[in-house]
Amino acid sequence: MPTLFLLIPFIGIVLLNLFYTKKLKKLAFGTGILVTLIQMFMVCAIVFQLAGNFFTAIEIKYFINLSIDLYAAIILFTIGLIAFIALIIRRHSDNEEIFNFTQLILIIMIGMNGVVMVTDIFSLYVFLEVTSIASFVLIAKKKELLALNGSFKYLLMSSIATLMILTAVAIFFMTFGTLSYEGLAAQLSATAEVSSQIVLAIIFLVTGLSIKAGLVPFHMWVPDAYSSPSASVSVLLAGIVTKAGGVYAILRLLMDVFPQVVIIQEVFAFIGIVSIVVGALLAIGQKDFKKMLAYSSISQIGYIIVGAACGSPLGFLGAFLHFFNHATFKSLLFVNASAVEAQTGYKDLDKLQGLAGRMKITSWTSVIAFLSTAGIPPLSGFWSKVIIIVALWQVGFIPYAVIALLASILTLAYFLILQRKVFFGKTSAEFENTKEANKGFTSASMILAIITVLVGIGFPFILNFLMNKGLF
Amino acid sequence: MLTVIFLIVVLLYIIGFYYLITTRNLIRILIALEVLTKGITLTLIYVGKVTGQMATAQSMAITLIIIEVVVLAVAAGIIVNIFNHTDSLDVREIFRKNK
Amino acid sequence: MNNTVLYILLGLLVFSALLSALIKNTMKAVIALAAASVILTVIMFLMGAPLAAVFELSVAAGLITAIFASTISLTDNPEADQEPGKNKKRMSRYIYLPIIIVIVAGIIFIMKPGLDFTSVTSATKDTVQNTIWHVRNLDIAGQILVILAGVFGVVILFKERSKN
Repeated sequence: MPTLFLLIPFIGIVLLNLFYTKKLKKLAFGTGILVTLIQMFMVCAIVFQLAGNFFTAIEIKYFINLSIDLYAAIILFTIGLIAFIALIIRRHSDNEEIFNFTQLILIIMIGMNGVVMVTDIFSLYVFLEVTSIASFVLIAKKKELLALNGSFKYLLMSSIATLMILTAVAIFFMTFGTLSYEGLAAQLSATAEVSSQIVLAIIFLVTGLSIKAGLVPFHMWVPDAYSSPSASVSVLLAGIVTKAGGVYAILRLLMDVFPQVVIIQEVFAFIGIVSIVVGALLAIGQKDFKKMLAYSSISQIGYIIVGAACGSPLGFLGAFLHFFNHATFKSLLFVNASAVEAQTGYKDLDKLQGLAGRMKITSWTSVIAFLSTAGIPPLSGFWSKVIIIVALWQVGFIPYAVIALLASILTLAYFLILQRKVFFGKTSAEFENTKEANKGFTSASMILAIITVLVGIGFPFILNFLMNKGLF
Repeated sequence: MLTVIFLIVVLLYIIGFYYLITTRNLIRILIALEVLTKGITLTLIYVGKVTGQMATAQSMAITLIIIEVVVLAVAAGIIVNIFNHTDSLDVREIFRKNK
Repeated sequence: MNNTVLYILLGLLVFSALLSALIKNTMKAVIALAAASVILTVIMFLMGAPLAAVFELSVAAGLITAIFASTISLTDNPEADQEPGKNKKRMSRYIYLPIIIVIVAGIIFIMKPGLDFTSVTSATKDTVQNTIWHVRNLDIAGQILVILAGVFGVVILFKERSKN
């Protein structure tokens, strides 16, 4: 079953390249949509055990080192969803671009699925690299100077991070002789005290993973990489790629390999809190819409890391739920920012005023997304943030819980001011003739907004369902 | 002998990292990344010899080399495109605030 | 005898890496890097890793040098190299390198990270071929995907715009 998640996008790539001549290139869009829908359907089939034993019957047991648990299934669903959204936005581009874009999206989906499913720390590195290389190409695809610079900066920092992660893997391999998650976890819990060699390896690993995830103080590549490429690439990167790459690696390692190692939890909790605060503060001063969203993403990823650093099952629940929620509302915001930029030509927050009269759907879905980011009940963001703060309180990181709460209030204040000005203020003269964004943008916005609201309202049911599945 | 190899590896890391930080040419950044890759390859082979699991270590080293060359090829593509836009290979062009 | 040869080769490796940092001409620096790759190949072969050594030789000393050579020729800007005093500035930047080496060596001697390891008696079927193709076949899939992504990337990045 896990192999299917790697195989089906690959079949999509083979189909795209072998069978599509110049005339059939418009079918590339259909192939991409089909693959993402199949992925979402397969995840639902696993989770709800639909269709009897159909999928287990066609299980291909070629790769033995893959496994999917419930948290991984949530992430796989998110990957399919955001890839679907990113493809919908592109509906109106020309065929050559859609062809290139679909190929790269399929590769990046295989990479992310691989990161989610592996049980071995070296294969984790391999699939992280697949994701990274595909994202370098995606960012630089536009071939404008800003995008090229952003891509090169990302490439440089990602390579440094890779080298640090590999050094840590080498040291772990030398000390413990094994590379799999269970082997490492067993050996780490068996060692009485943590020797200086393991501490060195942990320092390298934490630094490398923090660079990949875009945490403070290694966040320099994030704003340029999120704001310079084209619309759907921004949505893809901010919504899922950084998270299903670096952040998921941190979460999985904290959950499976390092549950007993207290040092690493404290270090990540500290980095997480610093990211929350610095990200929120840096977002406030920004003039560019997308850069502001990028800094806000850094802040939200800080929440995810802090939740996972608690080490308790409640903390992990909050972290993974916030993962999903952030994917939906941040992608929604990026979709709307791209829609605004496409219709008005401006990315500058100072110049945008009072667009609600002209772009109704964009405005109202942005309101929902902003409120969810800030953590207003009953939207989805509220629940995951509350769980994280409660988990922090329970484990004993009480000052961190207070700081997280205050940062949330700060974000709320800033977003309320922002949305009032950009969408609901007085419509300035030059925006009189702005029309609503095209169908691709609006349908994507509405899908994501509906998901945000539904997850928020139906949260007790979701929690009940997860408890029945034995999550905590 | 093992200590000597460890020290050489550390030396390669320092040289590579220092090179990366102080250079001003885009292509030299890639050369510095390559020097760091040599360090990590030597580390992996050393670890393989020391723990006796040379097969796993060799497969890790082979995978690493292949992935690095692909990253380098993509980076070279980006550098050529940057050069086509700005006619210079100066790193300060990239790390300056693009306004 | 074997150990002495190894020490000499390790010293040469560090020396060529340093040379690639200090040489003024970029193309010659790339040749120094290729020389370092060749020396690393011999070192790996002497340490008992022949397959990885062959990969290092063909890929790092061959393919990467070719990539660098084509990049350098595509980004040829003869006026920029004539900047006076560039070599002197580079040398002055590298004065700090021995200082940093001494500091890090001091830190290592103080902290003394242990180099303990677990050695594993290898099973009889523990050949590289078996490991790559059966135990770690997921890595092979990853490498295929990386190469695919790289090929798409190179095609997209190096394509000239046909229409303006």
